[in-house]
Amino acid sequence: MKYLKTNPAQCKGVRACEKICARTFFKTEDPEKSAIRVIQAEGGFEINVCNQCGECIEVCPVEAIYRNQQGVVMINKSKCVGCYICVGYCPTLSMKTHPDLREPFKCVACGACVKACPEKALEIAEK
Amino acid sequence: MTYNRNFEYTRYLDNVEEMKKAHQVLAEYKFTPSHPEKGYCNRLLHIDLSARKISERKIDQKTKDIFTGGRGFGLKYLWEAIKPNTRWSDPENAIIISPGPIGGITQYPGSGKSLVVSLSPVTNIPIDSNVGGYFGPLMKFSGFDALMVQGKSKDDVIVVLDGVAGRVTIERAPLEAVDSHVAAEQFTHEYAENQEDRRNVSVVSAGKAAEHALIGCLNFSYYDVRRQACRLKQAGRGGIGTVFRNKKIKALIVHGPKVKGDSNHPVDPGRVAQAGIRLHKEMHDYDNKMCTMRKVGTTNIVDVMDAYDLLPTKNFQYGSHPETPKIGKKVWEEYFTQGVPDGCWYGCSMSCAHGVDGYVLKTGPYKGHKVIVDGPEYENAAGLGSNCGIFDPDWIVECNFYCDTYGIDTISYGTLCAFVMECYDRGILNQERTGGLDLSWGNGQAQLEMLHQMARGEGFGAQYAGQGVARMKLMFAQNGWGDPQFLNDIACEGKGLEQSEYMSKESLAQQGGYYLTNKGPQHDEAWLIFMDMVNNQIPTFENKAEALYYFPMFRTWFGLNGLCKLPWNDIEPGDNRSKYPPTEAAKVPEHVQNYVDIFSGVTGREITKEELIRMSERVYQFQRVFDLRMGKGTRKFDLPPYRAMGPVTKEEYESRQERYDKQLKEWMDIDPATRSIEEKIALHRKYRTERYQKLVDAVYKRRGWTSNGIPTLETLRRNGIDFPEVVATVLPHLSEGEAREARAAYSTGGSDRPKVGKPKASPNKPKAKAVKKKTSARKPAGKVKTKKKVAATKTASRTIKTAKRTKANTPRKPAPRKISKSVKVKPSSRKPSHKKPGRKGPARRTETKRAGKRSSAKTSRKVARKVVGRR
Ligand code: SF4
Ligand code: SF4
Repeated sequence: MKYLKTNPAQCKGVRACEKICARTFFKTEDPEKSAIRVIQAEGGFEINVCNQCGECIEVCPVEAIYRNQQGVVMINKSKCVGCYICVGYCPTLSMKTHPDLREPFKCVACGACVKACPEKALEIAEK
Repeated sequence: MTYNRNFEYTRYLDNVEEMKKAHQVLAEYKFTPSHPEKGYCNRLLHIDLSARKISERKIDQKTKDIFTGGRGFGLKYLWEAIKPNTRWSDPENAIIISPGPIGGITQYPGSGKSLVVSLSPVTNIPIDSNVGGYFGPLMKFSGFDALMVQGKSKDDVIVVLDGVAGRVTIERAPLEAVDSHVAAEQFTHEYAENQEDRRNVSVVSAGKAAEHALIGCLNFSYYDVRRQACRLKQAGRGGIGTVFRNKKIKALIVHGPKVKGDSNHPVDPGRVAQAGIRLHKEMHDYDNKMCTMRKVGTTNIVDVMDAYDLLPTKNFQYGSHPETPKIGKKVWEEYFTQGVPDGCWYGCSMSCAHGVDGYVLKTGPYKGHKVIVDGPEYENAAGLGSNCGIFDPDWIVECNFYCDTYGIDTISYGTLCAFVMECYDRGILNQERTGGLDLSWGNGQAQLEMLHQMARGEGFGAQYAGQGVARMKLMFAQNGWGDPQFLNDIACEGKGLEQSEYMSKESLAQQGGYYLTNKGPQHDEAWLIFMDMVNNQIPTFENKAEALYYFPMFRTWFGLNGLCKLPWNDIEPGDNRSKYPPTEAAKVPEHVQNYVDIFSGVTGREITKEELIRMSERVYQFQRVFDLRMGKGTRKFDLPPYRAMGPVTKEEYESRQERYDKQLKEWMDIDPATRSIEEKIALHRKYRTERYQKLVDAVYKRRGWTSNGIPTLETLRRNGIDFPEVVATVLPHLSEGEAREARAAYSTGGSDRPKVGKPKASPNKPKAKAVKKKTSARKPAGKVKTKKKVAATKTASRTIKTAKRTKANTPRKPAPRKISKSVKVKPSSRKPSHKKPGRKGPARRTETKRAGKRSSAKTSRKVARKVVGRR
């Protein structure tokens, strides 16, 4: 199962990942529209991003969330009714919303941020 | 027994294509579909079945300002539709369905409710019922805030609202079933374009028994995508299903557009979303430790009620039973399919709408069929179960299923079954009188057979049981079966409606919560048992009166907006109990704030918590006057049967002897050892009925009513509902001073002095002027039906009398006294009315922190009693 593996110890808070993510999916650099978030923590940084655990799949009332062939958890926007239960039920709070957007969004392990991170804090891995 | 994940059911789809071909369109109306803006479409769809005429009406700003939506709209339009002498079966009686402005948002749990209002066959006053399923929201997303059906068809018809094609039709549909689980499936398949589209279809139907009984309910369907089956949610109370079948409606069908997160077009989607996500998180973190709604729904309190001696058992005689664990929470967890989203509308993470999947029926016309049973909920487990002495979960499930599909209100059915079983137990009924039904306590088979009789329109079931408790007690008395006074005492109904399934005997506040209601004893106005009896947080009459002001007003608001009550307080923020003092915590202030946020966020009308109460009060007071208009709404209709107040019989006394003896000593300063049981029962009765009257005085005062329960002119003005017809309704009941004032203000004088029957120009409430009641200009129709009033409504008065009540009970006469004088309450000098020795309040929860990563939520203490019992 493909997922974005993070190594927060390497993170220096550059936030290149946030920018590239928002740009890739929403053509903006607004970090609020990024599926990956860098959070200042005691003595360093935390990286919050979906680990593809799939707990959201079961709570979606309309079966809009599914796992694709690589094991990545995807949202079918056409089925989604924008209820945000998946957002409240994400164990790591990595399902994101933005007032401009009707449907929630999440990391799809595309790897754009991996290339953008100068500190090599991110990688696409299997589990 | 486990039915988990068995999604196989008997299907009823063999001939759907033929069935649809057999339809004949009788009337058609084309409209432009529209989405709501800021929660409103500003349109009402009107169906006249007699004339087969379909039309639409505009809903103006004033109507929205005063009545908000949902139940408010229902009451307003019903008022305009009927006359004071209208009876439920008259063609002008209307069924109005409206979801309210918030209804249909998908982000906040519990936001898909439809409110149904009609003139009730059992009470002959307005009934309002709150129901899940997708009908209301899909109707709104098609272009209408409300659907109003009037008139009567000669033979069965369906009404189809297609919000995609912009077409409404009245059709003859001869081949589809009447019973709801079949009808919902057939119509859903007929009107959905494909499988994906089925969730955009919702069907309202009743069933066979609603044709023969007065306690009919409506089933609102939704298509469950995982089970690929139709689910049914019930507008249960007050017999609206009976009105529906009497109008010869087989089904109302909506086919709406695809639902998206912004279909309700809120002004500020972000604000709505944030409130929703907050609640979803709470649900995730705390539901397992609080009410476990996601696992067992409302059945979580069966065991708790039993533990507190509050589970209605054998017609509300007792509060517990050794066999309760057989119908307790654990059992239902096994019966219900776990881990499936079970919201009755999108976005309900509380997900209480559980079902028993693949249940094989044992009786009746569908014997052997594999079905999904929606429920049971607490009310069914308690009403059909313990209250009838039935502790076999299979019988409860079976009866629950048949009540639903036949279109019978499970609560009324439970309570009336309990009543006839007690009558049977005490020899008031016997097999000869019941036509062979052995109605012994615990006989689930007989309970089912009586229900099947109702559906077939025959036997004791149709002739007696289906008429409801209020009529039955009179019929029994007329037949010479049993002592009328005793029948009165044990018939748990008020205003004609069967009491729902809580024991109010030991909680004075709950007696008020049940019997000082607008529609009759249903727990949706106020549920104060724990606050009052268990936690003793509202000891004085004034405290109780305040609770009986605030909670009914607050809870009315759910019905104005298309909301479910459960996500308000069956889940709480983790720190609710530590952050706020107990009486504040009971209001769940942060959730009230959520409601302020979502209303403001949807409509753009910025409100406060105080305005929220005012919004409700306008409608609440209006409904009270509506009751008065229909011949009730005075003090004598607010009195409980004694069974709801205290021990009627020796056995009841003995079951709680210690408690009652102690109360004799503490409350009345009487040594129980010196009295016989009969004397002690009589002493309690005197004390308790007088105490109830004092509560009534205090509550009326707090609600701004006269001592006969009439909203004063000042109350109407304060609420901006002093419309001429409303004032004219209360006028004969007001004090001389107020009546004089009203006459001067409303029927005499120059152009600025409004008249009765014309809109008034109120100096402080200018908006009241514009909302004219159409009926004000309407003359009573020439042919006023002189149908005989059903006996029960005439004789609903009880025999319990006190000096005070006799004085207060002279309805329909101006009471020439000042209200302030007539309300004599000395609450503070009284002892707290209830103490529950040795019981502690619910344990507190601690908040769970979730930062970045969420560890499994912890609580510092065991939450044994949790948020329980706040229905
Ligand atoms: S927001 Fe969409 S994807 Fe998430 S649970 Fe709701 S419907 Fe499913
Ligand atoms: S809590 Fe239950 S009844 Fe209320 S909206 Fe949610 S699923 Fe429906």
